[in-house]
Amino acid sequence: MQRLLSWIDARFPLTKLWEDQWGKYIAPKNFNFWYYFGSLAAFVLVLQIVTGIFLTMTYKPDATKAFESIEYMMRDVPAGWLIRYMHSTGASAFFIVVYLHMFRGLLYGSYRKPRELLWIIGCFIYLTLMAEAFFGYLLPWGQMSYWGAQVIVNLFSTVPYIGEDLGIWIRGDYTISDVTLNRFFAFHVIAIPLLLLILVAVHLMALHEVGSNNPDGIEIKKQPKDPKTGIYLDGIYSHPYYTIKDLVGVVFFLIIFSIVVFFMPDVGGYFIEANNFIPADPLKTPEHIAPVWYFTPYYAILRAVPSFLGSQFWGVLAMAASVVIFIFLPWLDRGAVKSIRYRGTLYKSWVAIFVVCFLVLGYLGTVPVTIWGQFTGGWADALDTKDKATWLARLLTLVYFLFFLLMPWYTARDKTKPVPERVKWP
Amino acid sequence: MTMRRLVGLILFAVAGAALASEGVRLVHAPSNRLDVESLQRGARNFVNYCLNCHSAQYMRYNRLTDLGLSEKQIQENLMFASDKIGSTMTVAMTRADAAAWFAAAPPDLTVEARVRGRDWLYSYLLAFYRDEKTPTGWNNLVFPNVVMPHALWNLSGEQQLVEKEFENLDKAEAASIAAEGMALVEPALGGKYIVKTLAQGTPGTLSSVEYKRFVADLVNYLDYMSEPVKNERINIGIVVLIYLGVLFGLVYALKRDYWAELH
Repeated sequence: MQRLLSWIDARFPLTKLWEDQWGKYIAPKNFNFWYYFGSLAAFVLVLQIVTGIFLTMTYKPDATKAFESIEYMMRDVPAGWLIRYMHSTGASAFFIVVYLHMFRGLLYGSYRKPRELLWIIGCFIYLTLMAEAFFGYLLPWGQMSYWGAQVIVNLFSTVPYIGEDLGIWIRGDYTISDVTLNRFFAFHVIAIPLLLLILVAVHLMALHEVGSNNPDGIEIKKQPKDPKTGIYLDGIYSHPYYTIKDLVGVVFFLIIFSIVVFFMPDVGGYFIEANNFIPADPLKTPEHIAPVWYFTPYYAILRAVPSFLGSQFWGVLAMAASVVIFIFLPWLDRGAVKSIRYRGTLYKSWVAIFVVCFLVLGYLGTVPVTIWGQFTGGWADALDTKDKATWLARLLTLVYFLFFLLMPWYTARDKTKPVPERVKWP
Repeated sequence: MTMRRLVGLILFAVAGAALASEGVRLVHAPSNRLDVESLQRGARNFVNYCLNCHSAQYMRYNRLTDLGLSEKQIQENLMFASDKIGSTMTVAMTRADAAAWFAAAPPDLTVEARVRGRDWLYSYLLAFYRDEKTPTGWNNLVFPNVVMPHALWNLSGEQQLVEKEFENLDKAEAASIAAEGMALVEPALGGKYIVKTLAQGTPGTLSSVEYKRFVADLVNYLDYMSEPVKNERINIGIVVLIYLGVLFGLVYALKRDYWAELH
């Protein structure tokens, strides 16, 4: 065995690769709950790829057969239902895990120097993941698939001058059709996953180059080395310590995941929507079209922005900006410290407000704008819309952007606490 | 701010965005996915009363062996539209013909229970009433102006619509809650509100209780048909959770053991 390994190592840096990327990688020893979600995201990615491979063995990307092929899978293919529910639950789980992973970055300033590029690559992974989810959502060819895709492709049609042609170019047709289904299938099963895998590899390489942040935001590489172990004082080898700890996280995740897969695969219409059990019908628009939950905060922002100069394009711009703005966090944050543990009340309050905004916008994106009724009275006639929910969404959208745009100001002004030399341990 | 307070604040905000409900108040379907006899009766009801206009084109006849029936029993008692035990529950009527005759093609019912939910289906089948203003002579409290005629009318008999007017929404809603079963509150002219309920008229061949049982069995079956693997899924899930629970204990103990050597 050892001889085989040295034979390979002389020709390919296998041992070096393993040691650089994981085996001898030194991580801070004080990772907490929030540090499980990176490895979990990688785990879910593998899960999606493996279940996805099996799904493509039965699925037919054909407008006349797609819906049927999925029902066939659910009924006649041995364990087909299990593979499918794992994949549909995995899609939502991916976003839950990634949102928590990103929130961790926000809590502990993981995007700060020297990890700016790591964060940006992460943002690209997030954008790619959104594309992956969007293309995949058309494939079941249910009513929600069809009309959801219609709505999102129409967003591109709002671009001035080239919008109409852009929409046709994306769809390959004047409406969402068999042609669209085929190309979305191609994107979902090969183009985007390939990109995703490359980006994840780059993300991991960048992480293992700069080193992990930690809940105290202390750079362990600036510490002296322990004379006994020869590594930084607060560092430990990720293998075996984090290998085994992440394994605990994976098993815990699988417990939650299995509860959904085996006992509530629809999650009350949030993971699998009721309307998607009706085959796509281009002649019948559903009463209420909403994207899947993981897109709804942005969808709420889209709907909140009023049309201006006869164009809805401003809403689309706002929605795009609300996603892309994460990329700029490393330069928006001027705080003296990284971790929320040593930040002042200002930053803590803003993060809390932002989370509330994100969640309430997410909720508003799932319901019709008329959910809370309308404003009444003479003054209400002056408004462009009387829907109360739309006005709340507008307020929350404003606050959402203020969280980012005011960040240089409130982070610099915040009263921070001194950061200790060593991480808090245990 | 501690993490706990932050989480508390978030939960509070989410709870604040609570739901508002609309439409008719549905009645709860007394269905039981483990009641094999009810499912068998439901299958009988389905092939006798529904599977003439409605298809279930993804459901195979031989899958009904799930319900404790032999292939012979299925062939002799439940197969009128096909003679191959492995075929799906299709109907002779084409979608185009159906759309021309009914104004809308009757939907395929294989996964209808996953679209509508059990309570909706149960309420819907109990909500037909006589209405001379519609082409079919029937209307429905759950699905107003539905084009489907009341196919089960000789079993259920006829129901009449009862409308009561109230001065304001509070009184109307109080009355709708007081009325047992389905009730629909609708705004009327002059800021008033109407509460619509149903009353039994001419009786059918089944008593009210028997008809409800009939519909409950049918809905139970529709729910089974929408996901035949459901019982198996739940049973497997219990085993998986026990396995993962044990695995978690072992992995966690291993982690503790490794980390104990760190200082």
